[in-house]
Amino acid sequence: MLKDITLGQYFPGTSLVHRLDPRAKLILVFAFITALLTANHALTYLVILLYLALAVTVSRVRPSALARGMRPMAFIILFTAVLNIFYTPGRPLVSFWIFTVSAEGVERAVFMALRLLMLISCTFMLTYTTSPLALADALGRLMSPLAKIRVPVHEFAMMMTIALRFIPTIIEETDKIMSAQKARGADFETGNLFRRAKALIPLLVPLFVGAFRRADDLAVAMECRCYHGGGGRTRMKQLRMTGVDALVLTGSVALLAGVSALGRLGWFMR
Amino acid sequence: MDEIIRFDNVVYSYAAAGESQETMSGPGGGGAAESGRSADGHRQPEPDAGAGGTPALDGVTLSVRRGETVAVLGHNGSGKSTLVRMLNGLLTPLSGTVTVCGIGTGEEDRLLEVRQKVGLVFQNPDNQIVATVVEEDVAFALENLGVPPAEIRERVDAALRDVGMVEYREHAPHRLSGGQKQRVAIAGALAMDPLVLALDEPTAMLDPRGRGEVMETVRRLNRERGVTVVMVTHHMNEAALCGRVVVMDRGRIRLDGTPEDVFLRADELRALGLGVPQTVALARGLGLDAAPLTDEDCARVIFDFVRGGASAGG
Ligand SMILES: Nc1ncnc2c1ncn2[C@@H]1O[C@H](COP(=O)(O)OP(=O)(O)OP(=O)(O)O)[C@@H](O)[C@H]1O
Ligand SMILES: [Mg+2]
Repeated sequence: MLKDITLGQYFPGTSLVHRLDPRAKLILVFAFITALLTANHALTYLVILLYLALAVTVSRVRPSALARGMRPMAFIILFTAVLNIFYTPGRPLVSFWIFTVSAEGVERAVFMALRLLMLISCTFMLTYTTSPLALADALGRLMSPLAKIRVPVHEFAMMMTIALRFIPTIIEETDKIMSAQKARGADFETGNLFRRAKALIPLLVPLFVGAFRRADDLAVAMECRCYHGGGGRTRMKQLRMTGVDALVLTGSVALLAGVSALGRLGWFMR
Repeated sequence: MDEIIRFDNVVYSYAAAGESQETMSGPGGGGAAESGRSADGHRQPEPDAGAGGTPALDGVTLSVRRGETVAVLGHNGSGKSTLVRMLNGLLTPLSGTVTVCGIGTGEEDRLLEVRQKVGLVFQNPDNQIVATVVEEDVAFALENLGVPPAEIRERVDAALRDVGMVEYREHAPHRLSGGQKQRVAIAGALAMDPLVLALDEPTAMLDPRGRGEVMETVRRLNRERGVTVVMVTHHMNEAALCGRVVVMDRGRIRLDGTPEDVFLRADELRALGLGVPQTVALARGLGLDAAPLTDEDCARVIFDFVRGGASAGG
């Protein structure tokens, strides 16, 4: 059962979006979110939406997969929209009892929902098309200038990689320990919250002990392979921005920045 | 001179080493903390050995020549893992010296050089794989050594080829079988282009098939690449495949010689808590003074015996 957990949900593929340099993708996501959060005009939203639709089409990520990812957020989106409908003052459309629905309210609710949906879709697009390892790696490399001001960037990137490496191993171990404890009569599924939390103790203790032992072993193994921190390290896989990467990156950023700036400056016809 | 590893009267004690590190820990507290954990973490070490002042290594002198395959035998807590950890400077002697290719393992500024010359592989393959992709893991040591990317690529491919794992280069390690994982770990050490491959019970957590894979790989590396092998094992038939067998007991080397020599001394081995390979046991059971190491040898010895018996009787 625990084995079904996948971290960050990566769907391998070979599309342009998949092959895009992960650093470029991270910057793009950042640009996209900025544009989305500063958008204040219907046209801006439209352009951003079209951009997202294009990305989804090119990546061949199934919209149903995006929808599935969205489901847990549905309530929050709905809630925000409803709140906006009723609490935005303006030209009243309908009113009953103490509630008034204004035209501005409806408009705002629609945009707010759209904004949230696109925000979530965009982060899902990132994790669906980029392996967690590539993501950790890209993050480390984008942050690497910070090492100059003594931010332990290499250490964080290493930690992330090791965490990603050991999550499946530890999940497997959790499964094993759970089975072992169940065979001894442990009950993880019934009782109130307190009882269930207490039942977890015989699971967590061996899990932690095991994790520390692994950490110990791994440290020794790393030392044996000449690990001595981030200094003087090279990487086998160099990330290289290709012409295509650069083109997609600059094009997209220009588009997103431009459309959001135009909207803010009021250059679109009202 | 083709001597590659030299131990000169090496003494080591975990308790004493711990004391010299953390200057003032209470005598009881320090001892208890240390004796709870064995080097590989799986077997509980003997409660009083090592910690209570008995050294883990007690005057070990050993010389290994280039191209040798050395099996290290001994009961639990006899100091095998400690010996292996001396080989690349993970532990340094309290007294005596360990030299690898003329470099003392205590020379701090040449430690990386020593580490690169002696690749270590441990028991639990899960706990020594660092990266989430096989080839990235094999590249780890070379990345640490600052090797240029193109050369890393070449050496990683060569190492994967040497252990027969090329087709798995982009797999996730946790999906591999135990034997495959252990071969990845060997490739990780091999990528450094070490002169010595030291393995601490590399087959202990594997099924018979995985054991076979690992033994076959190690022997091939020795044969084809000339890698010197030092291997700790509890399997007598694995030891029988090596060119030399070293038997340890309470931090000392008790027997040292070819497998034939060592396994002929079955009584001494038994006194040290060890057995002999099944073929040797069979021959001895028949009252023969021989130590056949392979099935064929065993068959021949028995055949000779039966024929000799028949001709003597008839
Ligand atoms: N980390 C440690 N701290 C304190 N004492 C230790 C430690 N590791 C090993 N010892 C002690 O040193 C002695 C030698 O241990 P070592 O691990 O070298 O034995 P071994 O031959 O590898 O045993 P095994 O077959 O169980 O792996 C043992 O008595 C053990 O109790
Ligand atoms: Mg050991």
